[in-house]
Amino acid sequence: MRVFWKRHQLLNHLLLLLGVAFLALPLWLVFASSTHDPGTLIREGMQLGFGGKFQETYYGVLTEKKGFTEQVTAATMMLNSLILGLGFALGKIVVSMTAAYAIVYFRFPLGGALFWVIFTTLLLPLEVRIIPSYKVVADLGMLNSYSGLIIPLIASATGTFYFRQFFRSVPDELLEAAKLDGAGPWKFFIDILLPLSRTMMAALFIIMFVVGWNQYLWPLLMTTDESYNTIVLGIKSVMQNIDGNRLPEYNRGFALAILALVPPVCIVVFFQRWFIKGLLESDK
Amino acid sequence: MKRVTFSHSPIPYLFVLPQIAIIAVFFLWPSAEAIRLSFFLEDPWGLSNEFVWFENYQTIFEDPEYVGTLIATLIFSLSVTFLSLGLAMLLAVQVDGLLRGGGTYRPLITWAYAIAPAVAGLVARFLFSPQIGPIYAWLNPEGQPPWFEPNLDSIDAWVVVTSGAVWRQVSVNFIYLLAGLQSIPRAVLEASRIDNPSGLGRFWSVTFPLLAPTLFFLMVINFSYAFFETFAIIDTVFPFGPPSGAASLVYKVYVDGFKGADLGGSSAQSVVLMLFVLALTVVQFRYLEKKIHY
Repeated sequence: MRVFWKRHQLLNHLLLLLGVAFLALPLWLVFASSTHDPGTLIREGMQLGFGGKFQETYYGVLTEKKGFTEQVTAATMMLNSLILGLGFALGKIVVSMTAAYAIVYFRFPLGGALFWVIFTTLLLPLEVRIIPSYKVVADLGMLNSYSGLIIPLIASATGTFYFRQFFRSVPDELLEAAKLDGAGPWKFFIDILLPLSRTMMAALFIIMFVVGWNQYLWPLLMTTDESYNTIVLGIKSVMQNIDGNRLPEYNRGFALAILALVPPVCIVVFFQRWFIKGLLESDK
Repeated sequence: MKRVTFSHSPIPYLFVLPQIAIIAVFFLWPSAEAIRLSFFLEDPWGLSNEFVWFENYQTIFEDPEYVGTLIATLIFSLSVTFLSLGLAMLLAVQVDGLLRGGGTYRPLITWAYAIAPAVAGLVARFLFSPQIGPIYAWLNPEGQPPWFEPNLDSIDAWVVVTSGAVWRQVSVNFIYLLAGLQSIPRAVLEASRIDNPSGLGRFWSVTFPLLAPTLFFLMVINFSYAFFETFAIIDTVFPFGPPSGAASLVYKVYVDGFKGADLGGSSAQSVVLMLFVLALTVVQFRYLEKKIHY
């Protein structure tokens, strides 16, 4: 018995299954409960089994402007999240790749100083300077706009360091050869470095999309106009309205959380290999 | 910097320009503002502004509520760091020890990286909800006066926030720890198997020290996660504000600055947080410089 137990590594499997259940069970409860009607949830608490109201609840949440806010549907909020995630990921890649290229491949008078300026942004997350950042964005008239939502988040230089590491690992011979063939800095960047960086870009894109989609504090400050609300932010309105209602629509709140969760989870699972590569190489 | 570089070209200036412009406007300017405002006392209507030296700092450190928040945040961050690292280590060691099938568990744990802190907050709130939460119901059996009241008691409130924060963070730590474990040369592990037959003893004397650089890096990451990103968890678990004593430092910066319109005090708190992150980074670099790589 003992040998069987050991040979098949049952203890490992048991602990891992417990771990997987610890991660998945809470969300399963939320999902299963979202398919019941609110009456059942109020009487019997959260449900483990699947209810019959999946289509009704999710269709309602995605298309109706009621329940948690009066002005937007979950579909609009998901679109806003998509814009934030894509804009943030693309913006970050473009800005940090070009900056890293300048820092690694050029010797120019201000280079060293600028590198240190970029470096300091790693030290201070947005959360510690939210109020003055809010004031700056308000002074620039960028409240309730996609650019105000996205650009200040790009200020941190994690991506720049990620590409700097990568560019430094590209062999010098490539540049020598390119120079011999008469390629200028622009051509070298477009024709050689960009194609070489494809996987690195994809990996960073996946991580940054998830990070952008999941933002909370900054969109909370930036978007007083509900039509700019992201789906993650929609959770806050659910939370504020749910307990005040005579018949709290828990099911709709849960459905909203599931809708906020599914896109980033799909991306992480489908692109797992790139995602892990990006994660391990961006933070070191 | 490369050995071979381009020279005499306007391109580097053009290429760093977007990043530098964004940093100047959305990073340097607001950071400087935070420091400047922390030395001013503004009346609630924003009409007058008085330079008061370090009075704002003195006020916050003499305020027992702020000091309490500081201590609570530190305890909370340490708890989140150790609990999520411990759980992730347990899982990573199991996957690493599997001869077959380790690949199947990886996506089953990795996916949780994508859970937004706000979603984790919602999940934690409803699992512990007095109205419909199964954990609340389990902790407070019917017929007895409830003893676990996260909406009233600050320690219970921290338990809920910590659960959500740890639950969300396990998978990130798992990814790094598994990568760390798998980078340990098999030869080293097999040699240690001869010297030390006990599995647990081997873990503490061989595997754990070899993982030190990864663990140290993760401690810094987790600590800063618990300090900053858990704002969303607190704000969704308690949409109308946590019970007194259950706010974090970032939450207090937000509440004092936006709801209380105390710009000077809130800015002074921001500057304290900046100094804290700076200290954390210096420690990190000092430690990394010593190169704890084997």
